[in-house]
Amino acid sequence: MQALSVKNLTKQYASGSVALKGIDLEVAEGDFFALLGPNGAGKSTTIGIICSLVNKTSGTVSVFGHDIDVDLDGAKSCLSIVPQEMNFNPFEKIADVLINQAGYYGIPRKIAEKRAELYLTKMGLWDKRNSAGLRLSGGMKRRLMIARALVTQPRLLILDEPTAGVDIELRHLLWKFLRELNEQGTTIILTTHYLEEAEHLCKNIAIIDQGDIIENTNMKSFISRLNIQTIILELEKPLELANNLEQFHYHMLDETTMEIKIHQSQSLNDLFIVLSQNGIKVKNLRNKTNRLEELFIDLISENNNGSE
Amino acid sequence: MQSRAEQVYIATTTILAKEIVRFMRIWIQTLIPPAMTMTLYFIIFGKLIGSQIHMISGFTYMQYIVPGLVMMSIITSSYTNTSSSFFGAKFSKSIEEILVAPVPNYAILLGYVLGGTLRGIIVGLIVTLISLLFTHLHVYSITIVAVMATLSSMLFSLGGLINAIFAKKFDDVSFIPTFVLTPLTYLGGVFYSIKQLPPFWQKLSIFNPIVDIVDTFRYGILGISDINIFFGMAIVCTLFVALLVWSLFLLQKGVGLRT
Repeated sequence: MQALSVKNLTKQYASGSVALKGIDLEVAEGDFFALLGPNGAGKSTTIGIICSLVNKTSGTVSVFGHDIDVDLDGAKSCLSIVPQEMNFNPFEKIADVLINQAGYYGIPRKIAEKRAELYLTKMGLWDKRNSAGLRLSGGMKRRLMIARALVTQPRLLILDEPTAGVDIELRHLLWKFLRELNEQGTTIILTTHYLEEAEHLCKNIAIIDQGDIIENTNMKSFISRLNIQTIILELEKPLELANNLEQFHYHMLDETTMEIKIHQSQSLNDLFIVLSQNGIKVKNLRNKTNRLEELFIDLISENNNGSE
Repeated sequence: MQSRAEQVYIATTTILAKEIVRFMRIWIQTLIPPAMTMTLYFIIFGKLIGSQIHMISGFTYMQYIVPGLVMMSIITSSYTNTSSSFFGAKFSKSIEEILVAPVPNYAILLGYVLGGTLRGIIVGLIVTLISLLFTHLHVYSITIVAVMATLSSMLFSLGGLINAIFAKKFDDVSFIPTFVLTPLTYLGGVFYSIKQLPPFWQKLSIFNPIVDIVDTFRYGILGISDINIFFGMAIVCTLFVALLVWSLFLLQKGVGLRT
Protein backbone atom coordinates (compact mmCIF):
# COMPACT_ATOMS: atom_id res chain seq x y z
CA MET A 1 0.00 0.00 0.00
CA GLN A 2 1.12 3.54 -0.69
CA ALA A 3 1.59 5.62 2.44
CA LEU A 4 1.00 8.73 0.39
CA SER A 5 -0.46 9.18 -3.05
CA VAL A 6 -0.67 12.66 -4.56
CA LYS A 7 -2.18 13.09 -8.01
CA ASN A 8 -2.26 16.22 -10.15
CA LEU A 9 -2.17 18.46 -7.09
CA THR A 10 -2.47 22.16 -7.76
CA LYS A 11 -2.55 25.16 -5.49
CA GLN A 12 -3.22 28.73 -6.44
CA TYR A 13 -3.29 31.24 -3.59
CA ALA A 14 -5.83 34.04 -3.39
CA SER A 15 -3.05 36.45 -4.41
CA GLY A 16 -2.93 34.60 -7.76
CA SER A 17 0.47 33.01 -7.19
CA VAL A 18 0.63 29.39 -8.27
CA ALA A 19 2.45 27.27 -5.70
CA LEU A 20 1.83 23.83 -7.19
CA LYS A 21 1.33 23.09 -10.88
CA GLY A 22 -0.17 19.60 -10.82
CA ILE A 23 2.34 17.44 -9.01
CA ASP A 24 2.26 13.65 -8.68
CA LEU A 25 3.98 11.91 -5.79
CA GLU A 26 3.92 8.37 -4.47
CA VAL A 27 5.53 7.35 -1.18
CA ALA A 28 5.55 3.65 -0.39
CA GLU A 29 4.80 2.30 3.05
CA GLY A 30 8.02 2.02 5.08
CA ASP A 31 9.92 4.48 2.89
CA PHE A 32 12.24 7.21 4.16
CA PHE A 33 11.51 9.85 1.57
CA ALA A 34 13.21 13.17 0.95
CA LEU A 35 11.20 16.05 -0.46
CA LEU A 36 13.73 18.68 -1.42
CA GLY A 37 13.60 22.01 -3.13
CA PRO A 38 14.76 25.59 -2.83
CA ASN A 39 12.84 28.12 -0.72
CA GLY A 40 9.42 28.85 -2.17
CA ALA A 41 9.49 25.75 -4.39
CA GLY A 42 6.22 24.35 -2.99
CA LYS A 43 7.44 21.89 -0.32
CA SER A 44 5.61 23.48 2.60
CA THR A 45 2.47 23.97 0.51
CA THR A 46 2.50 20.28 -0.39
CA ILE A 47 2.96 19.28 3.24
CA GLY A 48 0.34 21.80 4.33
CA ILE A 49 -2.21 20.25 1.96
CA ILE A 50 -1.39 16.70 3.11
CA CYS A 51 -1.90 17.80 6.73
CA SER A 52 -4.99 19.87 5.83
CA LEU A 53 -3.47 23.16 6.95
CA VAL A 54 -3.70 24.43 3.37
CA ASN A 55 -6.71 24.06 1.07
CA LYS A 56 -5.83 22.55 -2.30
CA THR A 57 -7.12 24.02 -5.54
CA SER A 58 -7.46 20.66 -7.34
CA GLY A 59 -6.09 17.15 -7.41
CA THR A 60 -6.26 14.25 -4.99
CA VAL A 61 -4.32 13.28 -1.88
CA SER A 62 -4.60 9.89 -0.17
CA VAL A 63 -2.89 8.81 3.04
CA PHE A 64 -2.83 5.02 3.44
CA GLY A 65 -5.80 4.83 1.09
CA HIS A 66 -7.85 7.53 2.88
CA ASP A 67 -8.74 10.23 0.35
CA ILE A 68 -8.68 13.60 2.16
CA ASP A 69 -11.80 14.69 0.25
CA VAL A 70 -13.75 11.62 1.34
CA ASP A 71 -12.28 10.57 4.67
CA LEU A 72 -10.20 13.45 5.99
CA ASP A 73 -10.25 12.24 9.61
CA GLY A 74 -9.17 8.76 8.48
CA ALA A 75 -6.22 10.31 6.63
CA LYS A 76 -5.33 12.56 9.57
CA SER A 77 -5.42 9.66 12.02
CA CYS A 78 -2.52 8.03 10.11
CA LEU A 79 -0.13 10.97 10.12
CA SER A 80 1.74 13.40 12.33
CA ILE A 81 3.81 16.40 11.43
CA VAL A 82 6.87 18.08 12.91
CA PRO A 83 6.53 21.57 11.46
CA GLN A 84 9.26 23.99 10.58
CA GLU A 85 8.07 26.68 13.00
CA MET A 86 7.29 26.28 16.68
CA ASN A 87 3.55 25.73 17.01
CA PHE A 88 2.84 24.70 20.57
CA ASN A 89 1.34 26.75 23.36
CA PRO A 90 4.42 28.18 25.08
CA PHE A 91 2.59 28.49 28.41
CA GLU A 92 1.56 24.83 28.59
CA LYS A 93 3.58 22.30 30.56
CA ILE A 94 5.45 20.16 28.07
CA ALA A 95 3.94 16.93 29.39
CA ASP A 96 0.52 18.50 28.74
CA VAL A 97 1.55 19.39 25.19
CA LEU A 98 1.99 15.67 24.48
CA ILE A 99 -1.00 14.45 26.50
CA ASN A 100 -3.31 16.97 24.82
CA GLN A 101 -2.02 16.06 21.36
CA ALA A 102 -2.78 12.41 22.09
CA GLY A 103 -6.23 13.47 23.32
CA TYR A 104 -6.99 15.22 20.02
CA TYR A 105 -6.31 11.89 18.32
CA GLY A 106 -8.79 10.17 20.67
CA ILE A 107 -6.15 8.40 22.75
CA PRO A 108 -7.28 7.84 26.37
CA ARG A 109 -5.44 9.83 29.01
CA LYS A 110 -3.81 6.86 30.78
CA ILE A 111 -2.23 5.64 27.54
CA ALA A 112 -1.31 9.20 26.61
CA GLU A 113 0.51 9.71 29.92
CA LYS A 114 2.55 6.53 29.42
CA ARG A 115 3.46 7.50 25.87
CA ALA A 116 4.32 11.04 26.95
CA GLU A 117 6.78 9.59 29.47
CA LEU A 118 8.24 7.25 26.84
CA TYR A 119 8.83 9.88 24.16
CA LEU A 120 9.87 12.69 26.49
CA THR A 121 12.45 10.29 27.93
CA LYS A 122 13.63 9.29 24.45
CA MET A 123 14.02 12.96 23.56
CA GLY A 124 15.80 13.72 26.83
CA LEU A 125 13.04 16.00 28.08
CA TRP A 126 11.46 13.97 30.89
CA ASP A 127 13.19 16.08 33.56
CA LYS A 128 11.57 19.14 32.02
CA ARG A 129 8.05 17.67 31.91
CA ASN A 130 6.62 20.24 34.31
CA SER A 131 8.29 23.23 32.66
CA ALA A 132 6.43 25.57 30.33
CA GLY A 133 7.49 25.28 26.69
CA LEU A 134 8.76 28.85 26.65
CA ARG A 135 11.47 27.92 29.15
CA LEU A 136 13.07 25.41 26.77
CA SER A 137 16.08 26.10 24.56
CA GLY A 138 15.73 26.06 20.76
CA GLY A 139 17.00 22.48 20.47
CA MET A 140 14.70 21.32 23.26
CA LYS A 141 11.70 22.93 21.57
CA ARG A 142 12.56 21.07 18.38
CA ARG A 143 12.80 17.79 20.33
CA LEU A 144 9.50 18.57 22.03
CA MET A 145 7.79 18.87 18.64
CA ILE A 146 9.25 15.53 17.56
CA ALA A 147 8.06 13.89 20.80
CA ARG A 148 4.63 15.45 20.28
CA ALA A 149 4.41 14.03 16.77
CA LEU A 150 5.42 10.58 18.02
CA VAL A 151 2.94 10.41 20.89
CA THR A 152 0.21 9.47 18.44
CA GLN A 153 2.43 6.71 17.01
CA PRO A 154 1.72 7.73 13.39
CA ARG A 155 2.12 5.43 10.42
CA LEU A 156 3.34 8.41 8.39
CA LEU A 157 5.60 11.00 9.99
CA ILE A 158 6.26 14.23 8.13
CA LEU A 159 9.32 16.19 9.23
CA ASP A 160 9.59 19.70 7.86
CA GLU A 161 13.20 20.73 8.45
CA PRO A 162 13.40 19.02 11.83
CA THR A 163 17.07 19.77 12.43
CA ALA A 164 17.09 23.44 11.42
CA GLY A 165 19.06 25.36 14.03
CA VAL A 166 19.98 22.21 15.93
CA ASP A 167 23.60 21.58 16.99
CA ILE A 168 25.59 18.81 15.31
CA GLU A 169 25.52 16.42 18.28
CA LEU A 170 21.75 16.59 18.57
CA ARG A 171 21.38 16.33 14.80
CA HIS A 172 23.27 13.04 14.78
CA LEU A 173 21.20 11.77 17.70
CA LEU A 174 18.03 12.64 15.82
CA TRP A 175 19.30 10.90 12.68
CA LYS A 176 19.93 7.74 14.68
CA PHE A 177 16.52 7.94 16.26
CA LEU A 178 14.73 8.57 12.96
CA ARG A 179 16.53 5.71 11.27
CA GLU A 180 15.45 3.36 14.08
CA LEU A 181 11.90 4.63 13.82
CA ASN A 182 11.89 3.97 10.09
CA GLU A 183 13.29 0.49 10.63
CA GLN A 184 10.40 -0.18 13.00
CA GLY A 185 8.00 0.52 10.13
CA THR A 186 7.14 4.22 10.31
CA THR A 187 7.07 5.85 6.90
CA ILE A 188 8.94 9.14 7.02
CA ILE A 189 8.85 12.12 4.69
CA LEU A 190 11.65 14.59 5.31
CA THR A 191 12.22 18.06 3.98
CA THR A 192 15.54 19.64 4.78
CA HIS A 193 18.04 22.15 3.55
CA TYR A 194 20.87 19.95 4.86
CA LEU A 195 21.30 17.76 1.78
CA GLU A 196 23.85 15.68 3.60
CA GLU A 197 21.00 14.76 5.97
CA ALA A 198 18.76 13.65 3.10
CA GLU A 199 21.57 11.64 1.51
CA HIS A 200 22.39 10.04 4.84
CA LEU A 201 18.84 9.05 5.77
CA CYS A 202 16.57 8.76 2.76
CA LYS A 203 15.93 5.89 0.36
CA ASN A 204 13.98 7.86 -2.21
CA ILE A 205 13.94 11.47 -3.24
CA ALA A 206 11.76 14.00 -5.00
CA ILE A 207 12.93 17.46 -5.95
CA ILE A 208 10.37 20.18 -6.33
CA ASP A 209 11.05 23.49 -7.99
CA GLN A 210 8.70 26.29 -9.03
CA GLY A 211 5.70 24.12 -8.20
CA ASP A 212 6.77 21.13 -10.29
CA ILE A 213 8.39 17.84 -9.38
CA ILE A 214 11.56 17.88 -11.47
CA GLU A 215 13.05 14.67 -10.13
CA ASN A 216 11.57 11.66 -8.36
CA THR A 217 13.79 8.66 -7.99
CA ASN A 218 15.83 6.33 -5.82
CA MET A 219 18.56 8.09 -3.82
CA LYS A 220 21.33 5.70 -4.90
CA SER A 221 20.57 5.96 -8.60
CA PHE A 222 20.28 9.72 -8.25
CA ILE A 223 23.66 10.01 -6.58
CA SER A 224 25.22 7.70 -9.18
CA ARG A 225 24.41 10.30 -11.80
CA LEU A 226 27.06 12.56 -10.39
CA ASN A 227 29.71 12.64 -13.14
CA ILE A 228 32.21 14.86 -11.46
CA GLN A 229 33.20 15.17 -7.82
CA THR A 230 35.10 18.16 -6.58
CA ILE A 231 37.68 17.46 -3.92
CA ILE A 232 39.82 19.80 -1.87
CA LEU A 233 43.32 18.61 -1.03
CA GLU A 234 45.57 20.21 1.54
CA LEU A 235 49.19 19.59 0.58
CA GLU A 236 52.14 19.37 2.89
CA LYS A 237 54.29 21.74 0.78
CA PRO A 238 53.52 24.32 -1.93
CA LEU A 239 53.04 22.63 -5.30
CA GLU A 240 55.82 23.09 -7.82
CA LEU A 241 55.94 21.15 -11.07
CA ALA A 242 53.80 18.03 -11.37
CA ASN A 243 53.70 15.57 -14.24
CA ASN A 244 50.51 13.90 -15.47
CA LEU A 245 48.38 15.93 -13.07
CA GLU A 246 46.79 17.82 -15.98
CA GLN A 247 44.53 14.81 -16.69
CA PHE A 248 42.62 16.00 -13.64
CA HIS A 249 41.06 19.47 -13.79
CA TYR A 250 42.64 21.29 -10.91
CA HIS A 251 43.53 24.74 -9.70
CA MET A 252 45.26 26.05 -6.63
CA LEU A 253 43.16 27.96 -4.13
CA ASP A 254 46.35 29.03 -2.35
CA GLU A 255 49.92 27.73 -2.22
CA THR A 256 49.00 24.47 -0.51
CA THR A 257 45.28 24.05 -1.19
CA MET A 258 44.24 22.35 -4.39
CA GLU A 259 40.69 22.06 -5.80
CA ILE A 260 40.48 19.10 -8.12
CA LYS A 261 37.69 17.63 -10.23
CA ILE A 262 37.50 13.87 -10.63
CA HIS A 263 35.40 12.44 -13.43
CA GLN A 264 33.27 9.32 -12.86
CA SER A 265 35.69 7.41 -15.19
CA GLN A 266 38.59 8.29 -12.90
CA SER A 267 39.21 6.99 -9.42
CA LEU A 268 40.77 8.46 -6.32
CA ASN A 269 43.44 5.78 -6.66
CA ASP A 270 44.48 7.22 -10.05
CA LEU A 271 44.82 10.63 -8.44
CA PHE A 272 46.89 9.39 -5.50
CA ILE A 273 49.21 7.41 -7.80
CA VAL A 274 49.97 10.58 -9.78
CA LEU A 275 50.45 12.60 -6.59
CA SER A 276 52.76 9.94 -5.19
CA GLN A 277 54.78 9.79 -8.41
CA ASN A 278 55.34 13.53 -8.07
CA GLY A 279 56.31 13.21 -4.41
CA ILE A 280 53.34 15.26 -3.30
CA LYS A 281 52.10 14.47 0.19
CA VAL A 282 48.49 15.14 1.11
CA LYS A 283 47.75 16.30 4.65
CA ASN A 284 44.01 16.35 4.34
CA LEU A 285 41.22 15.63 1.87
CA ARG A 286 37.57 16.63 1.79
CA ASN A 287 34.66 16.95 -0.61
CA LYS A 288 34.07 20.53 -1.70
CA THR A 289 30.33 20.01 -1.37
CA ASN A 290 28.09 17.13 -0.50
CA ARG A 291 27.42 14.88 -3.53
CA LEU A 292 23.68 15.40 -3.35
CA GLU A 293 24.23 19.11 -3.03
CA GLU A 294 26.17 19.19 -6.31
CA LEU A 295 23.41 17.32 -8.13
CA PHE A 296 20.73 19.42 -6.49
CA ILE A 297 22.38 22.69 -7.53
CA ASP A 298 22.90 21.44 -11.09
CA LEU A 299 19.32 20.30 -11.39
CA ILE A 300 17.84 23.51 -10.03
CA SER A 301 20.12 25.58 -12.29
CA GLU A 302 19.09 23.53 -15.33
CA ASN A 303 15.43 23.93 -14.39
CA ASN A 304 15.84 27.68 -13.94
CA ASN A 305 17.64 28.01 -17.27
CA GLY A 306 14.97 25.93 -18.97
CA SER A 307 12.15 28.05 -17.63
CA GLU A 308 13.76 31.36 -18.63
CA MET B 1 -9.14 0.44 20.19
CA GLN B 2 -11.78 3.11 20.72
CA SER B 3 -14.86 3.58 18.60
CA ARG B 4 -15.03 6.77 16.55
CA ALA B 5 -17.59 8.20 19.00
CA GLU B 6 -15.23 7.56 21.92
CA GLN B 7 -12.35 9.19 20.05
CA VAL B 8 -14.44 12.28 19.34
CA TYR B 9 -15.56 12.37 22.99
CA ILE B 10 -11.92 12.21 24.16
CA ALA B 11 -10.92 14.95 21.70
CA THR B 12 -13.79 17.21 22.80
CA THR B 13 -13.09 16.77 26.50
CA THR B 14 -9.38 17.36 25.86
CA ILE B 15 -10.16 20.75 24.30
CA LEU B 16 -12.59 21.55 27.14
CA ALA B 17 -10.10 20.49 29.83
CA LYS B 18 -7.38 22.58 28.16
CA GLU B 19 -9.74 25.57 28.21
CA ILE B 20 -10.57 25.09 31.89
CA VAL B 21 -6.87 24.74 32.79
CA ARG B 22 -6.17 27.91 30.80
CA PHE B 23 -8.70 30.18 32.49
CA MET B 24 -8.06 28.72 35.93
CA ARG B 25 -4.28 29.16 35.51
CA ILE B 26 -4.78 32.87 34.87
CA TRP B 27 -7.67 33.33 37.34
CA ILE B 28 -6.34 36.74 38.33
CA GLN B 29 -7.05 37.87 34.77
CA THR B 30 -10.20 35.85 34.12
CA LEU B 31 -12.21 35.57 37.36
CA ILE B 32 -11.16 38.48 39.58
CA PRO B 33 -11.63 41.50 37.25
CA PRO B 34 -15.38 40.93 36.64
CA ALA B 35 -15.89 40.34 40.36
CA MET B 36 -14.04 43.57 41.13
CA THR B 37 -15.88 45.61 38.51
CA MET B 38 -19.30 44.33 39.58
CA THR B 39 -18.51 45.00 43.24
CA LEU B 40 -17.84 48.63 42.31
CA TYR B 41 -21.12 48.75 40.35
CA PHE B 42 -22.96 47.39 43.40
CA ILE B 43 -21.37 49.97 45.69
CA ILE B 44 -21.68 53.00 43.41
CA PHE B 45 -24.88 52.37 41.46
CA GLY B 46 -26.62 50.05 43.90
CA LYS B 47 -25.80 51.57 47.27
CA LEU B 48 -24.70 55.17 46.76
CA ILE B 49 -26.84 56.29 43.81
CA GLY B 50 -29.47 53.55 44.06
CA SER B 51 -30.46 54.58 47.59
CA GLN B 52 -31.77 57.84 46.12
CA ILE B 53 -33.79 56.14 43.35
CA HIS B 54 -37.36 55.06 44.00
CA MET B 55 -38.56 51.46 43.77
CA ILE B 56 -38.99 49.86 40.32
CA SER B 57 -41.91 47.40 40.05
CA GLY B 58 -41.70 46.79 43.78
CA PHE B 59 -37.95 46.21 43.97
CA THR B 60 -35.13 48.42 45.24
CA TYR B 61 -32.80 49.78 42.57
CA MET B 62 -30.07 47.53 43.93
CA GLN B 63 -32.27 44.46 43.49
CA TYR B 64 -33.35 45.66 40.06
CA ILE B 65 -29.82 45.98 38.63
CA VAL B 66 -28.41 42.71 40.06
CA PRO B 67 -29.80 40.39 37.30
CA GLY B 68 -28.56 42.72 34.56
CA LEU B 69 -25.10 42.98 36.07
CA VAL B 70 -24.88 39.21 36.52
CA MET B 71 -25.91 38.72 32.89
CA MET B 72 -23.48 41.43 31.76
CA SER B 73 -20.60 39.60 33.43
CA ILE B 74 -21.72 36.27 31.92
CA ILE B 75 -21.88 37.78 28.42
CA THR B 76 -18.49 39.51 28.67
CA SER B 77 -16.67 36.56 30.23
CA SER B 78 -18.03 33.98 27.77
CA TYR B 79 -17.25 36.15 24.77
CA THR B 80 -13.78 37.08 25.96
CA ASN B 81 -12.87 33.51 26.84
CA THR B 82 -13.38 32.03 23.39
CA SER B 83 -12.18 35.08 21.48
CA SER B 84 -8.91 35.41 23.39
CA SER B 85 -8.25 31.68 23.71
CA PHE B 86 -8.98 30.82 20.08
CA PHE B 87 -7.15 33.85 18.72
CA GLY B 88 -4.23 33.13 21.07
CA ALA B 89 -4.07 29.61 19.65
CA LYS B 90 -4.12 31.05 16.12
CA PHE B 91 -1.44 33.61 16.98
CA SER B 92 0.91 31.03 18.53
CA LYS B 93 -0.05 28.58 15.75
CA SER B 94 -0.88 26.00 18.42
CA ILE B 95 -4.32 25.75 16.78
CA GLU B 96 -2.48 23.61 14.20
CA GLU B 97 -2.21 20.90 16.87
CA ILE B 98 -5.99 20.54 16.61
CA LEU B 99 -6.29 21.19 12.87
CA VAL B 100 -3.90 18.38 11.90
CA ALA B 101 -5.62 15.94 14.28
CA PRO B 102 -8.70 13.91 13.35
CA VAL B 103 -11.01 16.18 15.34
CA PRO B 104 -14.33 16.97 13.64
CA ASN B 105 -15.22 20.65 13.41
CA TYR B 106 -18.25 20.23 15.67
CA ALA B 107 -15.97 18.83 18.38
CA ILE B 108 -13.60 21.81 18.09
CA LEU B 109 -16.62 24.10 18.36
CA LEU B 110 -18.12 22.20 21.28
CA GLY B 111 -14.85 22.12 23.23
CA TYR B 112 -14.23 25.86 22.90
CA VAL B 113 -17.86 26.90 23.42
CA LEU B 114 -18.27 24.73 26.51
CA GLY B 115 -15.05 26.23 27.89
CA GLY B 116 -16.40 29.76 27.36
CA THR B 117 -19.78 28.77 28.77
CA LEU B 118 -18.24 27.34 31.90
CA ARG B 119 -16.20 30.48 32.53
CA GLY B 120 -19.33 32.61 31.97
CA ILE B 121 -21.32 30.54 34.45
CA ILE B 122 -18.54 30.57 37.07
CA VAL B 123 -18.17 34.35 36.77
CA GLY B 124 -21.99 34.70 36.94
CA LEU B 125 -22.05 32.67 40.16
CA ILE B 126 -19.23 34.73 41.69
CA VAL B 127 -21.01 37.99 40.85
CA THR B 128 -24.31 36.60 42.22
CA LEU B 129 -22.61 35.63 45.47
CA ILE B 130 -21.07 39.12 45.74
CA SER B 131 -24.48 40.72 45.12
CA LEU B 132 -25.83 38.81 48.14
CA LEU B 133 -23.48 40.85 50.30
CA PHE B 134 -25.42 43.95 49.26
CA THR B 135 -29.01 42.81 48.93
CA HIS B 136 -31.45 39.98 49.37
CA LEU B 137 -32.58 38.04 46.30
CA HIS B 138 -35.43 35.62 45.95
CA VAL B 139 -35.18 33.59 42.74
CA TYR B 140 -38.54 33.53 40.99
CA SER B 141 -37.78 30.65 38.55
CA ILE B 142 -34.53 28.73 38.83
CA THR B 143 -35.33 27.00 35.51
CA ILE B 144 -35.53 30.25 33.56
CA VAL B 145 -32.41 31.56 35.29
CA ALA B 146 -30.44 28.38 34.50
CA VAL B 147 -31.69 28.17 30.89
CA MET B 148 -31.02 31.84 30.16
CA ALA B 149 -27.61 31.85 31.82
CA THR B 150 -26.52 28.74 29.92
CA LEU B 151 -28.00 29.71 26.56
CA SER B 152 -26.68 33.28 26.71
CA SER B 153 -23.27 32.07 27.75
CA MET B 154 -23.19 29.61 24.86
CA LEU B 155 -24.44 32.26 22.45
CA PHE B 156 -21.71 34.74 23.34
CA SER B 157 -19.06 32.03 23.43
CA LEU B 158 -20.00 31.33 19.83
CA GLY B 159 -19.81 35.06 19.09
CA GLY B 160 -16.32 35.20 20.57
CA LEU B 161 -15.25 32.20 18.52
CA ILE B 162 -16.46 33.79 15.29
CA ASN B 163 -14.69 37.03 16.21
CA ALA B 164 -11.45 35.06 16.78
CA ILE B 165 -11.85 33.18 13.48
CA PHE B 166 -11.91 36.47 11.56
CA ALA B 167 -9.36 38.28 13.73
CA LYS B 168 -5.95 38.89 12.21
CA LYS B 169 -4.45 40.90 15.07
CA PHE B 170 -5.14 41.48 18.76
CA ASP B 171 -6.94 44.77 18.00
CA ASP B 172 -9.55 42.80 16.06
CA VAL B 173 -10.31 40.72 19.14
CA SER B 174 -10.99 43.77 21.32
CA PHE B 175 -12.92 45.75 18.68
CA ILE B 176 -16.28 43.95 18.98
CA PRO B 177 -16.37 43.83 22.81
CA THR B 178 -15.40 47.52 23.05
CA PHE B 179 -17.43 49.06 20.26
CA VAL B 180 -20.39 46.69 19.91
CA LEU B 181 -20.91 44.47 22.94
CA THR B 182 -20.33 47.02 25.69
CA PRO B 183 -22.63 49.73 24.21
CA LEU B 184 -25.35 47.16 23.49
CA THR B 185 -25.07 45.82 27.06
CA TYR B 186 -25.15 49.26 28.71
CA LEU B 187 -28.12 50.19 26.52
CA GLY B 188 -29.66 46.77 27.10
CA GLY B 189 -31.72 47.66 30.16
CA VAL B 190 -29.16 46.63 32.75
CA PHE B 191 -29.55 49.86 34.72
CA TYR B 192 -33.08 50.88 33.76
CA SER B 193 -36.44 49.61 32.60
CA ILE B 194 -36.95 50.27 28.89
CA LYS B 195 -40.47 51.46 29.81
CA GLN B 196 -38.73 54.52 31.29
CA LEU B 197 -37.31 55.44 27.88
CA PRO B 198 -38.94 57.89 25.45
CA PRO B 199 -41.01 56.08 22.76
CA PHE B 200 -38.33 56.45 20.06
CA TRP B 201 -35.63 54.82 22.20
CA GLN B 202 -38.07 52.14 23.36
CA LYS B 203 -38.69 51.20 19.71
CA LEU B 204 -34.98 51.27 18.94
CA SER B 205 -34.29 48.97 21.90
CA ILE B 206 -36.34 46.26 20.22
CA PHE B 207 -33.43 45.76 17.82
CA ASN B 208 -31.01 45.19 20.70
CA PRO B 209 -31.11 41.47 21.52
CA ILE B 210 -29.39 42.09 24.84
CA VAL B 211 -32.55 43.88 26.02
CA ASP B 212 -34.47 40.61 25.59
CA ILE B 213 -31.73 38.54 27.20
CA VAL B 214 -31.37 40.80 30.25
CA ASP B 215 -35.11 41.21 30.67
CA THR B 216 -35.82 37.48 30.46
CA PHE B 217 -33.03 36.74 32.91
CA ARG B 218 -34.38 39.43 35.25
CA TYR B 219 -37.80 37.78 35.01
CA GLY B 220 -36.21 34.50 36.15
CA ILE B 221 -34.81 36.19 39.26
CA LEU B 222 -37.34 38.89 40.14
CA GLY B 223 -40.47 37.75 38.29
CA ILE B 224 -40.90 41.08 36.49
CA SER B 225 -40.31 41.90 32.84
CA ASP B 226 -40.81 44.61 30.23
CA ILE B 227 -41.20 42.17 27.33
CA ASN B 228 -42.70 38.77 26.66
CA ILE B 229 -40.16 36.28 28.06
CA PHE B 230 -40.94 33.66 25.44
CA PHE B 231 -40.00 36.21 22.82
CA GLY B 232 -36.72 36.74 24.72
CA MET B 233 -36.01 33.03 24.78
CA ALA B 234 -36.92 32.69 21.10
CA ILE B 235 -34.46 35.49 20.25
CA VAL B 236 -31.64 33.76 22.15
CA CYS B 237 -32.44 30.39 20.57
CA THR B 238 -32.65 31.85 17.05
CA LEU B 239 -29.39 33.75 17.40
CA PHE B 240 -27.75 30.67 18.91
CA VAL B 241 -28.75 28.47 15.96
CA ALA B 242 -27.69 31.16 13.47
CA LEU B 243 -24.24 31.59 15.04
CA LEU B 244 -23.84 27.83 15.42
CA VAL B 245 -24.48 27.23 11.71
CA TRP B 246 -22.24 30.16 10.75
CA SER B 247 -19.33 29.09 12.93
CA LEU B 248 -19.53 25.49 11.68
CA PHE B 249 -19.52 26.81 8.12
CA LEU B 250 -16.46 28.96 8.86
CA LEU B 251 -14.58 26.04 10.43
CA GLN B 252 -15.52 23.80 7.53
CA LYS B 253 -14.22 26.34 5.01
CA GLY B 254 -11.15 26.98 7.13
CA VAL B 255 -11.73 30.75 7.09
CA GLY B 256 -8.90 32.43 8.98
CA LEU B 257 -7.35 29.03 9.69
CA ARG B 258 -6.31 27.50 6.40
CA THR B 259 -4.76 29.32 3.45
